[in-house]
Amino acid sequence: MLEIKNLQVSVEGKEILKGLNLTVNKGEVHAIMGPNGAGKSTLASVIAGKQDYEVTGGSILFNGKDILELSPDERAKEGVFLAFQYPIEIPGVSTINFLKTAVNEIRQHKGMGNMEAKEFLAMLKEKQKLVQIDTNLTGRSVNEGFSGGEKKRNEIFQMAMLNPQLAVLDETDSGLDIDALRIVAEGVNKLRNKNNAFLVITHYQRLLEYIIPDFVHVLYNGQIVKSGTKELALELESKGYDWIKKEFSEIPA
Amino acid sequence: MAGSDKILEEITTSEYKYGFTSDIESDTIPAGLSEDVVRFISAKKEEPEFMLEYRLKAYRHWLTMKEPNWAHVKFPAIDYQSISYYSAPKKQKVLNSLDEVDPELLRTFEKLGISLVEQMRLSGVAVDAVLDSVSVKTTFKEKLSELGIIFCSFSEAVRKHPELIKKYMGSVVPPGDNYFAALNSAVFSDGSFCYIPKGVRCPMELSTYFRINSAGTGQFERTLIVADEGAYVSYLEGCTAPMRDENQLHAAVVEIVAHKDAEVKYSTVQNWYPGNKEGKGGIYNFVTKRGICLGDNSKISWTQVETGSAITWKYPSVILKGNYSVGEFYSIAVTNNMQQADTGTKMTHIGKNTKSTIVSKGIAAGKSNNSYRGLVRINKGASKARNYSQCDSLLMGDRCGAHTFPYIEINDKTAIVEHEATTSKIGEDQIFYCNQRGIDTEKAIGLIVNGYCREVLNKLPMEFAVEAQKLLAVSLEGSVG
Ligand SMILES: Nc1ncnc2c1ncn2[C@@H]1O[C@H](COP(=O)(O)OP(=O)(O)OP(=O)(O)O)[C@@H](O)[C@H]1O
Ligand SMILES: [Mg+2]
Repeated sequence: MLEIKNLQVSVEGKEILKGLNLTVNKGEVHAIMGPNGAGKSTLASVIAGKQDYEVTGGSILFNGKDILELSPDERAKEGVFLAFQYPIEIPGVSTINFLKTAVNEIRQHKGMGNMEAKEFLAMLKEKQKLVQIDTNLTGRSVNEGFSGGEKKRNEIFQMAMLNPQLAVLDETDSGLDIDALRIVAEGVNKLRNKNNAFLVITHYQRLLEYIIPDFVHVLYNGQIVKSGTKELALELESKGYDWIKKEFSEIPA
Repeated sequence: MAGSDKILEEITTSEYKYGFTSDIESDTIPAGLSEDVVRFISAKKEEPEFMLEYRLKAYRHWLTMKEPNWAHVKFPAIDYQSISYYSAPKKQKVLNSLDEVDPELLRTFEKLGISLVEQMRLSGVAVDAVLDSVSVKTTFKEKLSELGIIFCSFSEAVRKHPELIKKYMGSVVPPGDNYFAALNSAVFSDGSFCYIPKGVRCPMELSTYFRINSAGTGQFERTLIVADEGAYVSYLEGCTAPMRDENQLHAAVVEIVAHKDAEVKYSTVQNWYPGNKEGKGGIYNFVTKRGICLGDNSKISWTQVETGSAITWKYPSVILKGNYSVGEFYSIAVTNNMQQADTGTKMTHIGKNTKSTIVSKGIAAGKSNNSYRGLVRINKGASKARNYSQCDSLLMGDRCGAHTFPYIEINDKTAIVEHEATTSKIGEDQIFYCNQRGIDTEKAIGLIVNGYCREVLNKLPMEFAVEAQKLLAVSLEGSVG
């Protein structure tokens, strides 16, 4: 479903991703770990199509389509979702109106008509339950005045509403309390199916106890330097990144 | 950063959507202004003597005045002798139904998305359509007249209700009030008059659509609304103008009188031609709008959505004379490309326990300049007067300007005056966040802007609010690939 080949990305002239390769198939969950500043959020942003990131080489195919050619909203309409590490506040725009617009834009892209109000409300209720988000929050402006944890939970709620094919979760676990972490993870598990896939960026092995990944990758110095299964996460948890850094410090920039 | 600026620039450099002219033969006099021209206008309109006197007095006063220069706007000097001061569609016989209306005019309304038929059928709005200064069609007149409500063109009121005109015209905006009001008083073409008798609640929104339609013709509309004791009326004014290559002066005067326990809501959607991206052409919109809360417990509420005109110079104001009277000003002003707006309000508290509220939302895009200018004056003896002001500015891109000039004069110690102001920017991160949820950039800007303006949009009558929302999106949208 997602095929990233030799991806090279620069920001303001500085090379951040240096030939990254990653393949994600339908039904899989991939975890990406790595030290601060390694380029994890950069990878997420480039997949989603944020400007400021200049792709200097390589390719990203999504269902065989070159998504680097697509605008961010077109990528979203194709089924790419990003749960932001730092969700943005949009004062004055109600979460419900925001989601209704998003849902209908995506439906129109698929050649479907707008969702009926009744059906939309039913879905809203169902998904609110799924991620156990306070109805108070969805009644407010998008993320405005939300606590850090509330914002993260709202990302997962939006993901549930939009039902993407590929969801990239950028450190959705950080800032969540223990109960919230479990609820969010359960939400993800319920949404998991054989047709979608998740790319979970995290610093903590703990999340991966709830969301069992099929693969764990270590991103360091702009490349994926190690891949394994969930045991790799445990190893990183106990040993830290020093051994990785030592092993790969000779990588030519 | 450069990339995001480019997107913002594309978004904010859209061309005027309603650029077209309709072809209705008009009857225009040569350019120039003199006593003879004033007499000609008055004669052409078959006005009584008192009206001619009023015009001449105003004209002589205007000659002694100077164009004001304090507003935060720049424009080349206006040559008042190059303007033609009278233009009217050919006199037509009285119409009984829409079928008899010039089909060209009907098509014009349709292009604007405001078909008269729809308006009448869906919303029960009585439409007094003013095209180039002379009323073409007045509807629902009978229903209104059953209630004793007078809603007609200003010229008709001058002929049929001279006593009301004599009593109220110029009572809120005197002929010598300011340069543009004096000019209007001398050469005003036509406009609307509305009188709601004692204790009557007008059962429908009264609405007038204005259009400027003749090249080089200044527009000098005159509106007078009088709500007698305990009366209520909601009045809508909306306008769009055809594409023009030269500047057109528009100097209207609107006066509102609210007697004891009366309430007047005045809502405007202003979409005159703003000029092209380089700032060529466009309407100069220099308007004097003022209401007086004459009696106790009276209320006047101005709501405006200003998206058009090359230059807007406009301060809908309220004089709070009656005790416990209430004045409100809710405003959205959008400027794009090279547009300039200097708009705001003046609340003058004279009566005791008077209350005023000001909510202003300025949105500046492109290379435009958007200023809020407001004065809250609490006179001596206006005990326990209260004012709350909130002035927000939203910037799109970094080549536009937003300014606030809030003046406060307090001459009574018991007054409470609060002022809040914010300036924010539509962030590229907000737009990206919307994009990432499948919402394209134009729609995202529409969502954000409508959210930002919600407080004001909520004050508009339902159908108008929908139209205004569309207009906001249209004014800010562009050719995003
Ligand atoms: N817009 C930007 N301008 C300048 N430098 C940037 C920008 N975005 C990212 N970088 C730099 O790129 C590098 C990778 O950043 P990125 O956010 O991808 O790291 P990360 O792996 O997500 O780290 P963390 O674990 O702290 O979230 C960092 O050195 C960062 O400072
Ligand atoms: Mg990060």
